[in-house]
Amino acid sequence: MSPDPIWFRPPPRPTRVPEAPPRKEPPSVEITIDGVKRQAPEGSTILEACRAAAIETPTLCYLENLTPVNVCRVCVVEVVGSRVLVPACSRKVEAGMTVLTDSERVRLSRKMVLEFLGSSVDLSTAPGVESMMKRYGADPKRYGAPAPAAAANARDAREPGHHHAPDGRAAETVAQPVKIDNDLYVRDYGKCILCYKCVEACGTDAQNTFAISVAGRGFDARISTEANVPLPDSACVYCGNCIGVCPTGALMFKSEHDLRAAGEWNESKQTKTDTICPYCGVGCTLTLHVQDEHIVKVTSPMDREITHGHLCIKGRFGFDFVHPRGDGSPDDRVR
Amino acid sequence: MDIRVSADEPTSEERAAIDAVLGAPTSSWTGGERDTEGEGHTSLHAGREARSRRDLLLPALHAAQSRVGWITPGALATICKRLTIPPAEAHGVASFYHLFSTTPRPPAVAHVCDDIACRTRGGESICAMLLRTLGPEGSPARDGRMTWKRSPCLGLCERAPAALFTIAGERPRTFTLAPVTKASAIEAALESRETETSARQRIESVRRSVPQSGQPGLRLLRRVGQVDPEGLDAYRASGGFEALRRALSIGPAKVIEEVIASNLVGRGGAAFPTGRKWDAVLKAPARPHYLVCNADESEPGTFKDRLLMEGDPFAVLEGILIAAFAGGCERGFVYVRGEYPLAAERMERAIAAARAGRILGPSVLDSDFAFDVEVRRGAGAYICGEETALFNSIEGKRGEPRNKPPFPVHVGLFGKPTLVNNVETLANVPLVILDGGAAFAKSGTAGSSGPKLFCVSGHVTRPGLYEVPFGKTLRDVVDLAGGVLGGREIGAILLGGAAGVFVGDDRLDVPLTFEGTRAIGATLGSGVVMVFDHTTKLGDVLLRIAAFFRDESCGQCVPCRVGTVRQEELLQRLAAARPLGSLAQEKTLLREIGQAMRDASICGLGQTASSAVESALARFEPFSSGSTKR
Repeated sequence: MSPDPIWFRPPPRPTRVPEAPPRKEPPSVEITIDGVKRQAPEGSTILEACRAAAIETPTLCYLENLTPVNVCRVCVVEVVGSRVLVPACSRKVEAGMTVLTDSERVRLSRKMVLEFLGSSVDLSTAPGVESMMKRYGADPKRYGAPAPAAAANARDAREPGHHHAPDGRAAETVAQPVKIDNDLYVRDYGKCILCYKCVEACGTDAQNTFAISVAGRGFDARISTEANVPLPDSACVYCGNCIGVCPTGALMFKSEHDLRAAGEWNESKQTKTDTICPYCGVGCTLTLHVQDEHIVKVTSPMDREITHGHLCIKGRFGFDFVHPRGDGSPDDRVR
Repeated sequence: MDIRVSADEPTSEERAAIDAVLGAPTSSWTGGERDTEGEGHTSLHAGREARSRRDLLLPALHAAQSRVGWITPGALATICKRLTIPPAEAHGVASFYHLFSTTPRPPAVAHVCDDIACRTRGGESICAMLLRTLGPEGSPARDGRMTWKRSPCLGLCERAPAALFTIAGERPRTFTLAPVTKASAIEAALESRETETSARQRIESVRRSVPQSGQPGLRLLRRVGQVDPEGLDAYRASGGFEALRRALSIGPAKVIEEVIASNLVGRGGAAFPTGRKWDAVLKAPARPHYLVCNADESEPGTFKDRLLMEGDPFAVLEGILIAAFAGGCERGFVYVRGEYPLAAERMERAIAAARAGRILGPSVLDSDFAFDVEVRRGAGAYICGEETALFNSIEGKRGEPRNKPPFPVHVGLFGKPTLVNNVETLANVPLVILDGGAAFAKSGTAGSSGPKLFCVSGHVTRPGLYEVPFGKTLRDVVDLAGGVLGGREIGAILLGGAAGVFVGDDRLDVPLTFEGTRAIGATLGSGVVMVFDHTTKLGDVLLRIAAFFRDESCGQCVPCRVGTVRQEELLQRLAAARPLGSLAQEKTLLREIGQAMRDASICGLGQTASSAVESALARFEPFSSGSTKR
């Protein structure tokens, strides 16, 4: 026992947060990916195994902080013995599994999924999709010219069942006017690939607000509030977590939308600065996207334990106070 | 759960209709039940308690819809409050099913079938007549009292053309009329107030659809059209429940042994070995186990399950009981498609009679086997015939298929091990138990055991449901139905429904077995044999099939949601002889669309959406002018 009473010599303060005890490593299973035998932890997915093996696998509806819904089918791989292709993002590895990630069937399905989306959805603000299209030789133009855009809210009024027969001259799309019904963010469903991510983030995967859901059926399926009411009349709490997970820019900060509309959005001029949200004691990391000395949008890094990329209305949208007022900045237009 | 519900209020009629399903709220607190028994304090257990009743969403939506003809915002808000469902989700569910409407719709609606079988019998000309008398599809007519809508296959193909009527009101009615050839008959039905049918009519309505009724040697159709489908005693007197009694005496393991020995495979289309499925459910450790009878028969051209439920509901129920006993199931659901009002009613009556006769309940036939089952009605969605979509529908969700694995035997209804079988499969079960598995396996062929029902429709003399032992050829079955109507030539035959394949008259000698059809690249599917004579414009049929899959895609996965649209657009271009680029380019594109849907779709709908189209283009020239021939 030390002769010193402990109150004279407090133990040194830890310089870092104590780590949790190490997790027990799950047993690993042996699988073969593209002819190479690899070990993968039991319970992990084919996608995780592919990424560990540095095999580039395209994804659209997958995100690390959401439950996989495997609906976009762009990540499909061939599992030897399986009649159909399987989604890498949700299919768990099994011992002895033989996976082909670049077979002819895989390449065709990935190409067709990208063509189907490219010919029906505006992917101009979807990061990464262009290179995917190039990689798989997708040519969305071979379905004909796009059909004229639907009138505002026309798609939301479509009932399940019979549709008007197309004449085949033009390719049906989801094009429609942007929904702008609040000052914080816009919903441009002409860019929506129906990946379900926003619904998940609004629901049990993050926010538990349940303001939006998929409504309608088939090609007329769409993301909708209850009875398609405007956001201010819905249950939306403007956490913006749907914007954070949207892979195509269909959901967008109004500040970004306005700058883009004015032709002033310029990512090369933007800086990203990480800081801590000043509002409450949780300590969420904010990434401030700044252009011309103005915050144009706020995100949160996915790999932070506190937020996993999710924020609340204050962190996401409550940055206006740092801007000088009345200088004709984009935020004045927003206001 | 903190949910925000709009302030819209239902009318007192709507509230009463919803309360009739959910029970009256015990206080003005509509979020859930109050614990009034606790001494001195009142605990609210609105959250989990109310949410655990989410499976009542579809029944509640049915109640609201059939009271006023559409689901008003007030009705939806009330249902959401009572069941603690976020309104956006409830709206998503209500807008998924085509028998529900979330926008104002007249109370009386005629749903007129314009699908492939009715097309051969003048379905389109009725639509044309209605356009003249009642105005455009969906528009209110006769002072807003009625309207008409086109409908996908109503499963009345043997009596085509057909229509389904949904009449909302204090005593809502849903009924079908077939054949219906005059617009005036449809308008009269929309105005009619009759509900009762006599016992004789009840039997005869079925007999007309089963030309073999009363013939010796029938097994599945033995009672159909002969024994009162609503009489428990009549069923008992004709040998009913003997198989159940025997099953209870030999125990679940032996029952499964017999079913495995019988080589019985599923009759819904996938042909999975029934015994193996049951065995997996019995051995699944999680509890409880559920049983689901898949009666959401929606494959165009299929009507066998409807006639089994209408004509011999107790036999279906007996099959359910034996299956539940073998799989260790405690509770069951019969999911009947919304377009089958009579089948649902007969199953409900049979279940009520069996409950009263202590054949269902805590002690089945005085044994220690406890089981109960209830009927749930679909609301118009072909996709809900896919088993996992069906589970979601029962659970009060959108009918979107789940990814497999996990399979239903491990993670099924409410996330529990679930034994799910088609109606015809279950109707075979009492036969297996009475014959013994080995004897049952001897009937039919080596690869396909037992009797099989075929739904013969289209251009044949006597369309109807026919039972033959496995092994009969396509020619035998067409001959049974009296051959081609008017002595014309066969143009093409659709085997297995819209998800099946077209064959020509050179395939008449193929044995209608699982292995026989597989050998020629075809499928038995759900037992559809739809004959088109040589005057049929096969291109029109293909366009309807393509439109059908586009309408019925749930919209969840990209290959099916967009692929079905692109397939239809491409066929329209071929029909108009207006290809994009060369014809060869179009054919390549169609093949690639089909391949992607087959390979990358989540469920069987997308995987088979190009099957009939591709088979027709391979064997015929559907878009060339002139008659259909190879």
